[in-house]
Amino acid sequence: MKFERYGVGIAKGLGMTMRHLFRAPITVQYPEEKLKISKRTRGNELVWFPDRCTGCGTCTKACPQGNIVLVTHRGEPNKFIVDKFECDTGRCIFCGLCVESCPYNALAMSVKYECAKYRRGDLVLGKEKMAVSAENRPSAYCRPQFEEGLPAQSLLLYNREEGGQKLKFIPLSTRKRGSHA
Amino acid sequence: MTLLDQFQLFLKAQGWPEWAYYTVPALAGIVVIIGVVLAAVIVYIWWERRFVARIQIRLGPNRCGPEGIFQPIATAVKILLKEDIVPANADKVLHFIAPIVVFVPILMIFAVVPFDRGAILVDLNVGIVYVIAISSISVIGIFTASWASGNKYSFISGLRSISQMVSYEIPVVLSIVGVVLMTGSFSMIKIVEAQTVPFILLQPLGFLLFFMGALAEMNRSPFDLLEADSEIVAGYHLEYSGMKFAMFYLGEYGMALAYSAVITTVFLSGWQGPFLPGVIWFLVKVMLVFSVIVWIRSMMPRMRVDQLMSFAWKAMLPMALINLLVIAVEVLVIPSLQWLMLIINFGLAAVLILLFSRIFTLGGGRVEV
Amino acid sequence: MRLTLDGEVITDVEPIVGYLHRGIEKLAETRTYTQIIPLTDRLDYLASMTNNVAYCMAVEKLGGIKVPERAEYLRVIISEMIRISSHLMAIGSFLNDCGAFFTPLLYMWREREKILDMCDMISGQRLLYNFMRVGGLSQDVPAEFITSVKKFVAEMPRYIDEYNQLVKENEVFLARSKGVGILPKETAIAIGASGPVLRASGMKWDVRKMDPYSVYDRFDFEVPTGQNGDCYDRYWVRILEMTQSLRIMEQALAQLPAKGPICADVPQFFTLPAGEVYGYIEAPKGNLGFYIVSDGSIAPYRLHIYPPTLINITAFADMVKGWKVADLILTFGSMDVVLGEIDR
Repeated sequence: MKFERYGVGIAKGLGMTMRHLFRAPITVQYPEEKLKISKRTRGNELVWFPDRCTGCGTCTKACPQGNIVLVTHRGEPNKFIVDKFECDTGRCIFCGLCVESCPYNALAMSVKYECAKYRRGDLVLGKEKMAVSAENRPSAYCRPQFEEGLPAQSLLLYNREEGGQKLKFIPLSTRKRGSHA
Repeated sequence: MTLLDQFQLFLKAQGWPEWAYYTVPALAGIVVIIGVVLAAVIVYIWWERRFVARIQIRLGPNRCGPEGIFQPIATAVKILLKEDIVPANADKVLHFIAPIVVFVPILMIFAVVPFDRGAILVDLNVGIVYVIAISSISVIGIFTASWASGNKYSFISGLRSISQMVSYEIPVVLSIVGVVLMTGSFSMIKIVEAQTVPFILLQPLGFLLFFMGALAEMNRSPFDLLEADSEIVAGYHLEYSGMKFAMFYLGEYGMALAYSAVITTVFLSGWQGPFLPGVIWFLVKVMLVFSVIVWIRSMMPRMRVDQLMSFAWKAMLPMALINLLVIAVEVLVIPSLQWLMLIINFGLAAVLILLFSRIFTLGGGRVEV
Repeated sequence: MRLTLDGEVITDVEPIVGYLHRGIEKLAETRTYTQIIPLTDRLDYLASMTNNVAYCMAVEKLGGIKVPERAEYLRVIISEMIRISSHLMAIGSFLNDCGAFFTPLLYMWREREKILDMCDMISGQRLLYNFMRVGGLSQDVPAEFITSVKKFVAEMPRYIDEYNQLVKENEVFLARSKGVGILPKETAIAIGASGPVLRASGMKWDVRKMDPYSVYDRFDFEVPTGQNGDCYDRYWVRILEMTQSLRIMEQALAQLPAKGPICADVPQFFTLPAGEVYGYIEAPKGNLGFYIVSDGSIAPYRLHIYPPTLINITAFADMVKGWKVADLILTFGSMDVVLGEIDR
């Protein structure tokens, strides 16, 4: 192999890196600024609508991991009362098949994503933790009816002014760029 | 008259005993040099990480202190608190000695680096020879480390280091001889004072050869085969942790600092420059050289070991010899016509680079097994 | 991988695989056809959409399920997007193996990130999408997805130019990769290599062109090939393929029906007629096949996966024998190996 172009290629590459030096970084300073996540996020917890759930158990059958535990007893005529509804998020693979299969729209994925726990037992979610509430909001995964309240996703494709993630200018100080969420 | 000489005279005038006015200034100088070098290395590590990060459109460390300047200190503390592990089949004594052998010569280089007019620890009349000699010692340390680790990756790295360092010494020395011919002295101070025009302009080819050789000597990309992390994991310091690893780490950056300082002194007219004080000029130039090194590191693929050797012996050595010959003739025939030298040497650089890019073939390929 | 070295020269290579074995083929026998889709995500985790497509197409072939037009086009767009992302990752890590200290890798990750963002938008996750279903897609894409893809297709050629400027002519890179790790055309065909590895050896073979599945016969694109089958050719074929993928995406976006069903009427649990089927597509890494034996129940009797990288890697020992250690890393990088697919 010869250096036929006497270093022109190397110079081109150096020029390219030099040009990148004057571009804004794409790093996101995570705890200070958070990106807006996808509307269809398959977040870390299931959102359960107790009033809609009939206890049919389709979700337990749809789960590839066999991860959802549903125990019911017969209440009034033609109605199941859910005694126990549990999902171990430590074993969950977040495929979303349970949500997709629910015939009564009683289950949705959550938009939460910071759900690290100190104990394994805390990962098991029961009825109360999964029930829909102000903190436990449903995402629009297979549930387009929830799409409206959620913020638009910030894509790297667009500049910040257009609701994206890309910075236009190099920040003078990189310490804290303020909240973006 | 260096600052140390002045200090010595001052102590003499104060009536100190004879042994004291030799030892005290020397010790003070050593302490100052070590302090300056370690502080500079910390700034260097920070600067490299930030600079590369910006090239890679990242931010780099920015959490510890203003703009992350204390990150190297945090890293150092973390490294120091780590357990010092010695592998079971290591040669324990050599494993202990090797980091010291790598680190100490690098500090010793700074004894002859002039930071400013007179700000030099000792103005040896063989300064540049001393630099070359001392900087070669750390090869022994690297090989010792690789041997003592008792690890196959380290050993490959050690073998690579010996061949690489020894080969690249030669073009480095030959390109420096060109400078010495023009200056007529080995002394670092005389070399700086001789540069009314920086030698990078008078000897562009010499500078290029010295720079590439220096990259190889300090194991920087594209010649970083010793610690090729994708091939031999981390090379010679694979089995080191804790303080010993920190010594290697500091040694690596200290080497980069030392070579930037030597390049600044020999080719970029050292402390000389208009308006600003000499030491500022010196630091600015050193930083500039180091930035170029980091810049090259950021995008250059690594060379293969046989290509590396053939590059040293088949391309750099003949180029350095021809360069030396032409400069010797120039110094004999036209010692005062610097503008003519400048034109001739630029022409020489262009011609030689064109020529060698045509005739030089990188070595090797498949070996039948 | 166990190496025997003579100095720096490799005398023997013995690839040792199996450290990532998860028993996906066995697991699949106990799951319904829909529940297998998340498992296929975990094969080639850098391009899980195409795995989904390959599996779903095999099932559709056996069940005789007709996929709606809009779903077909969206599948094409998404697969080509994933192909670009996978190639970016392959080239980036290849250059990183050359020793280019993460810079090309991070530049390529920037574009890959854009693709992952868009996949996140449609499927809700960034890596393991589980988006395709037997008979179509799991849900329709939002309107902003189409505009984002259009923007991406418009601006991507500029970035490909940048990559070319970065290393294409770099002398050290050429010296390292040209003529290194040669896979001759005959060997490539003999071992059944596929994908960019085969095309770099000079064989013009692409499932999308030779045996068009889905709607690929409606697009105008070329199959780039190399000449020597060395590392540089494998790198360069991938770059060219990205351009062709952009072309396909452009055409697919233009022909995409604005409205329509996105999934055939397939229930959550369904049975397939007894029989066997082999469905294969051109995944980013080569010819990805799924062989399904059905006994008429809701789960397959046997599922076999034909992974491209496992087949490609069988020639690896011959390719690197006699070269240096550094070349081994380079060759391995240029093969674009994803161990999730090799060990399944």
